[in-house]
Amino acid sequence: MLDKRMSAAEIVAQIKDGMTVGIGGWGPRRKPMALVRELLRSDVKDLTVVAYGGADVGMLCAAGKVRKLVFAFVSLDAIPLEPWFRKSRESGALEVLELDEGMFQWGLKAAAFGLPFLPTRVGLGTDLAALGGLKTVQSPYDDGETLIAMPALKLDVALLHVNRSDWRGNVQVFGPDSYYDEWFAKAAAKTFVSCEELVDRMEDHYPEQARDNLFERCFVSGVIEMPGGAHPSSMPPHYGWDMKAFKAYAAAAKDPGDWGAVQDRFVGANEADYLNSIGGKEAVAALPLPIF
Amino acid sequence: MNQITTISTITLAELCIFAASEAFRGNGEVIATGVGPVPRLAAGLAKLTHTPELMMTDGEAYLVEQPVPIGPRAYDDRKPAGYLPFSRFFDSAVWTGRRHAMVTPTQLDRFGQINLSYMGGTYRQPKTQMLGVRGFPGNTIYHANSFFFPAHGPRVFVPGEVDMISGVGYNPAKRVAGGNYSGVDLKSIVTNLCVMDFGGTDKAIRVVSLHPGVTFEEVQEATGFALEQAPEITVTPLPGAEALAVIAALDPHDIRATVIKDNPPAVRA
Repeated sequence: MLDKRMSAAEIVAQIKDGMTVGIGGWGPRRKPMALVRELLRSDVKDLTVVAYGGADVGMLCAAGKVRKLVFAFVSLDAIPLEPWFRKSRESGALEVLELDEGMFQWGLKAAAFGLPFLPTRVGLGTDLAALGGLKTVQSPYDDGETLIAMPALKLDVALLHVNRSDWRGNVQVFGPDSYYDEWFAKAAAKTFVSCEELVDRMEDHYPEQARDNLFERCFVSGVIEMPGGAHPSSMPPHYGWDMKAFKAYAAAAKDPGDWGAVQDRFVGANEADYLNSIGGKEAVAALPLPIF
Repeated sequence: MNQITTISTITLAELCIFAASEAFRGNGEVIATGVGPVPRLAAGLAKLTHTPELMMTDGEAYLVEQPVPIGPRAYDDRKPAGYLPFSRFFDSAVWTGRRHAMVTPTQLDRFGQINLSYMGGTYRQPKTQMLGVRGFPGNTIYHANSFFFPAHGPRVFVPGEVDMISGVGYNPAKRVAGGNYSGVDLKSIVTNLCVMDFGGTDKAIRVVSLHPGVTFEEVQEATGFALEQAPEITVTPLPGAEALAVIAALDPHDIRATVIKDNPPAVRA
């Protein structure tokens, strides 16, 4: 079906208990937070979450949605240690597979290409392999090199937030860095994208920006327009991160320290309520881009 | 400004920046990454003085030829000359070995193994969760790495081994047969007390220079493992007027004054 528009509830209904969900973006940047919030409003549980983590991971862990986490870091940049993630880890609630950032994308690429693994030197000489149960392979050529076999990170579902899409899933991704979003899209059986701007036919509106089509529409199963949908993470060039919101969220991990008591504040009963509570999508659009 | 006044106002942080910049000297066309104020200022200082061929990013996604000042600015005057986003960082910089990173892990042991992941407890339930290994496993097996520590002590330079080996060191027990470790290249360790390198017996850590007024015994006392000494331990040199001016320009808010406890002078009173 070429019209891939869906509601947030329809997208989240595709995610079943026990599934492996990849979340695009990086730390506090380009996170599909509106879809993550919708997931938080659902009853789905026992997820394996695969992410370069930020508040997406912190919230899902805090809410008890995560059975297993595949990660290289979880951080909000200016708040280096994600407090809710930290609480979950220190309580022993999570099964984990900790990976190097480069191995992580290598695992997504293995999944994208349908390979069982891709070889790498990364991980040798560290505790990653032993702790994560990663095995080695030997080069069949004369060099005979021993390498780590980075297993494919196959995703049932990937969630991404992009700048633009049409209803067929022709996306445009701009901003200075798209991180590994395209590999999340290709590693997943189904990828759902939220976007800042939805158009009917991309070629009628922004044909001159077709080079920003980061991945092809065959990798997109569903599309939804959600302006401000990355909030409180950044979405250049539309808006920067909301450090005030991150600080409030981080402070709540100490006081009251109970997610059940604060989920309403950080998730809302629905996305319209959430946006209203932070001053509307106009307030999001007014958040300045971070200066590095 | 006369010479005496200049020397008495140089801070230990500035001396560390100057010493750390030496780690990047003559590195060639590699990405110099300094994480944290002192390493970042050190990389910028190296590029603007002795090693202009260094490459660096603006902290986001673009390559700049003029290092970006640290701290808040009301304006954005970055001038990109190239492009190196995270989305191609491993392809271009890390896995090709074209990088030298200077970082501050939580722990470092006598083998140069580092930890950024967790302390105490277990993999399943750490006592203290930190950042996660980030890119350290790849960085340390593929390209040069140096370290800066603002508070030299046995909690950082731990006895035994680090709690979770997040970066490759020179520990023979951790080397899988047939693995290629030729890219492991641990260079310099700059602390608030001294400069060390990995030039000792079997890549052991040794003290190469002591900051003014510091003794080897003091450094050894603050280290959880036995240190070796370079044949001739020198006194870490003070930055000159040119270096100080570059540092000040790259750090207009004097963030460097917050790095070392009480911001002591380079030369002890």
